[in-house]
Amino acid sequence: MTKRNQRLLGVAALLIGVGVAATLGFTAFRKNMMYFYTPSDLAAGTVPVGAAAQLGGLVEAGSLTRGEGLKVEFRVADCAKNVAVRYEGVLPDLFREGQGVVADGYMTAEKVFVATRILAKHDENYMPPQVADALKGDPESGKHSCMPFKAVAANAG
Amino acid sequence: MWTWFHRLASPPTFYRFAERLAPWLLIAGLALIGVGVWQGLFVAPADYQQGDAFRIIYVHVPAAALSLSIYTAMAVAGAIALIWRMKLAEVAVVSAAPIGASFTALALVTGMLWGKPTWGAYWVWDARLTSELVLLFLYLGVIGLNQAYSDPRTAARACAWLALVGVVNVPIVHYSVQWWNSLHQGSTILSAEAIANPKMAPSMLKPLLMSMAGSYLFFGAVWLRRMQNGVLVRERRAKWVRAFAGQALLAEGSNARPGMAGPGLVEAATPRQGRQDDADRGRGA
Repeated sequence: MTKRNQRLLGVAALLIGVGVAATLGFTAFRKNMMYFYTPSDLAAGTVPVGAAAQLGGLVEAGSLTRGEGLKVEFRVADCAKNVAVRYEGVLPDLFREGQGVVADGYMTAEKVFVATRILAKHDENYMPPQVADALKGDPESGKHSCMPFKAVAANAG
Repeated sequence: MWTWFHRLASPPTFYRFAERLAPWLLIAGLALIGVGVWQGLFVAPADYQQGDAFRIIYVHVPAAALSLSIYTAMAVAGAIALIWRMKLAEVAVVSAAPIGASFTALALVTGMLWGKPTWGAYWVWDARLTSELVLLFLYLGVIGLNQAYSDPRTAARACAWLALVGVVNVPIVHYSVQWWNSLHQGSTILSAEAIANPKMAPSMLKPLLMSMAGSYLFFGAVWLRRMQNGVLVRERRAKWVRAFAGQALLAEGSNARPGMAGPGLVEAATPRQGRQDDADRGRGA
C-alpha cells in the first residue's frame, strides 16, 4: 500500500467514523433535538404537569376567543390531536387562525397549556397577496400544513 | 483532461488562470447580485403574510446556501490536500475559511433581523439556528488553527483535518428542519420536494435565483483572489514570483522613476531599504 492510499484510507475512515458517530448520537438524542412538543405528545402525557415546555402546532380555525385586555384562548392542533392554550400578552404580527405557532409555557392539571410567550412559526410558502386571494376558494389555502409538527414521543400520535 | 488538471495545480499556471478568470466572475457576480437584489427589493411583490419583511430573503438565503457550500468546498479541498499533498489545495482550504465565516455571519444576522418581526424573537435555540452557529464556530476554528502554526503547510493540514471533521455538520444544518421540530421553516427552494413543486411565486423566485447565482460567482472571484495572494506569499522565494514581481516593478518604474526599477531590485526590496522602500510599499515584494 502506498503512502497516498494510506492517507486516502485515513480520510475515508475519519469521514465514515464521524458520520456514524453523529448518526448514532443524534438518533439516540432525537428527543433533545426537538424544539417543541406537539399536542399529540401532551395528550400522551409526555410532559409532566407544571414542567416548562414548548408546544408547537397550528392555531385551530374557529377556536380563537379574545378575553379582557390581552387575554386570549385558542386551541393548538397537529395532524392528530389538539390542546387548549391560555395566554396573556403580546402576540406576534403573524399570529392568526391556521398559522403555526410555538408557545413557551407549562401544562396544568386541567389539561390546559398556559403560555408565557408565543412565537409565530412561518412556513416555506411565499406568494403575492393576489395569488393568496385567488386561492381563497380552496379550504386548504392560507392554512399551514400540519406536517412540520412531528411528535417527539414514540407512543404519541 | 488530467494533464490540464495537473498543470492547473502548479502555482504559476494557477496564478495566471485565476488572473484571467477572476475579473469576469466578479463582474458577472456583482451584476447578477445587483439585478437580483434590485428586483427583489423593488420589483417583486410583497408577501401575502409577511409583507415587505420577506425581502431579506434575497440576502439571507444566498448567504446561508453559500455558508454550507463553502464549507463543503473547503472539506473537499482539505481531502485533496491531505491525500495528494497538493499545495494549491492547502491554499484553497485556508483562503476559503474567512469568506465562509463572513457569509455564515451574514446569514445569522439577516436571519435574526427577520426573526424578530416575523417570529417575535431574534434568537431561539432550535436545531437550525444552533447548527448554523456551530458552523460559524467551525469556520472560526479553521481560521484560528491556521494562525496557530508558524509553518503554513502544517497549519493548512491541521485546517484540512478540522474541515473534514466539521463537514458532518453540513447535512445537519441542511436537514435540521426536516429531521427535527424547529422554529425555522423548511426549505423553500433547496429541497427535492420544493424543486418539483415550487413553494414560491415565480415573480419572487426569479430575483432570488439571480442573487444566489451572483453570490456563487462573487464567492468564486473572491476565493480565486485570496488563493492568488496565498500562492504568492508561499512561493515568494520561487523564481516565477520574483520574475513576476520584477515585471510589475519594471512596469511601474518606467512611469515613475526611470532607471530605478528592474528585476534586480526585487531581491533588494526589503523593509530595511531606504528610498526605494517608499515606492515598494504595499506591493508585497
